[in-house]
Amino acid sequence: MFLQLLISGLSFGSLYALIALAMVIIYKTSEVPNFSQGEMAMISTFVAYTLLGASGQSFTISFIGALIFAAILGVFLEFVFLRRAKDPNILSLILITLGFEMILYGFAGWKWGADQRDLPFPVSDFDIINLGPAVLSYLNIATLLITLILMFILFVFFKYSKVGIAMKATQQNAMAARINGIRTNRILSITWALSSLIGAVAGILLAPIATLDPNLMLDPLLKGFASAVLGGMTSLVGAALGGYILGIIENLFGGYVSIEFKSVVAFMIIVLVLCFKPSGLFARHYVRRV
Amino acid sequence: MPFLEVKNIETLYGLIYALRGVSLTVEKGTITAILGNNGAGKSTILKTAMGLIEDQPDKGTIEFMGKRIDGMHPELIVRMGISYVPEGREVFEELSVRENLLMGAYIRRERAPIKKDLDQIYGYFPVLKEREDQWAGTLSGGEQQMLAIGRALMNRPKLLFLDEPSLGLSPILVKEIFDIIRTVNEGGVTILLVEQNAWMALKIAHFGLILENGRFVMKGKSEELMEDKDVQEFYMGVRLEESAKGYRRWKRKKRWR
Repeated sequence: MFLQLLISGLSFGSLYALIALAMVIIYKTSEVPNFSQGEMAMISTFVAYTLLGASGQSFTISFIGALIFAAILGVFLEFVFLRRAKDPNILSLILITLGFEMILYGFAGWKWGADQRDLPFPVSDFDIINLGPAVLSYLNIATLLITLILMFILFVFFKYSKVGIAMKATQQNAMAARINGIRTNRILSITWALSSLIGAVAGILLAPIATLDPNLMLDPLLKGFASAVLGGMTSLVGAALGGYILGIIENLFGGYVSIEFKSVVAFMIIVLVLCFKPSGLFARHYVRRV
Repeated sequence: MPFLEVKNIETLYGLIYALRGVSLTVEKGTITAILGNNGAGKSTILKTAMGLIEDQPDKGTIEFMGKRIDGMHPELIVRMGISYVPEGREVFEELSVRENLLMGAYIRRERAPIKKDLDQIYGYFPVLKEREDQWAGTLSGGEQQMLAIGRALMNRPKLLFLDEPSLGLSPILVKEIFDIIRTVNEGGVTILLVEQNAWMALKIAHFGLILENGRFVMKGKSEELMEDKDVQEFYMGVRLEESAKGYRRWKRKKRWR
């Protein structure tokens, strides 16, 4: 039982980790928690669904199409809404993302309706392999693997690529980035594209477990946000670990304590972290000497 | 044609004039120093020229090698061959020393020459080589200043703006850094230097300008400025001799204020 809970916790946790990563990447650059992250992923998942169903494309093409769409959507939000904000403060930026979230939610309801749909996924949740006393579905494995691969790519990107380092530089000191010739506006666009893309991967991986409707990402977004807070909001490694930890804690709580209150765990964690360690568990932020 | 020509620029912060009609020229291959007290507007000249103050200069023109650069974005100005070492270093605190230096070469593509320049910077500042993999934020103030200068040099500038390189450094470090500045200049980089430490600045500079309340009040060769009684008294802390005629000091005409 414990092993089973642990494994499915990891599987859910990797989805939370992806959403948390997407949020942290934007938070570090634009200094705003992007509450439309979930709906952006949801719409992108619907795009994959439409490409699969109506246009009859193969899964790979639909998947890639949805990712491209997600990237464009991210750039669009940043360029059309956030960049226009005059004298932006945190609150107004949060309101912009919330407004965009509602627009997307409404749009999905109008375009695809509230029906619960099924995203035909090439890997099934019902093919399982036995792992001692626990079972692991192919979908679980795919989720875990894809997440790990994506994280590895991100790690390499931020560590070794010129654009990745420039992105970190822009996050740390935009003025200094500009005087070194980094086009910070372009970096901002790339950041939003990247983040939206990661969110879309989470959405597509989540769709076969949940059902595809406009509420797809409502709950996972809050869990992802909780993971990001747990990890410290500014650390990518922290966000990923936060996601896994939350997934496991939540599942263990559901298994041993109360299945009804399983969803509350995430909010408990937000409250506890903010009370006792507001900088998060893994933030190793350099403290500026005054 | 002067290398850098600033003509009559006026810069405002909101409604407040920081520069009230400033003109200067920098000749190729020289070190030019701008001196002045706190709040005189020294840094504002560099920031304006670098395009860092939005919608400024309000009036006037800035030309670099015959091309207008006023109103351009810093990203483009850097690409024309001007580097800027900002006041207070402004290194990327959570990037390693090496990554900081590589960001300085962001606009360049060829790898081999970048590597060569990196080694040259490490030659100037051996301590940076030792701390190559450390986060820049963990360096001391002097090391961060070296890093900021090194980063600016990584883009192979034709013209280097230096904003208060001596700020908050010990006298020995200041001397070390000024020696490097002179070496860099001898390597062919034209330098426009802003300093409060008039003594050190005039010692390495070819030309000096004195700024007060957003206007230049004196210009000249640095040797001439160093000889000047007013400059000595106001900027270099030289106490004029208390002689029997000391009471007549009021008779010596101050040429500004």
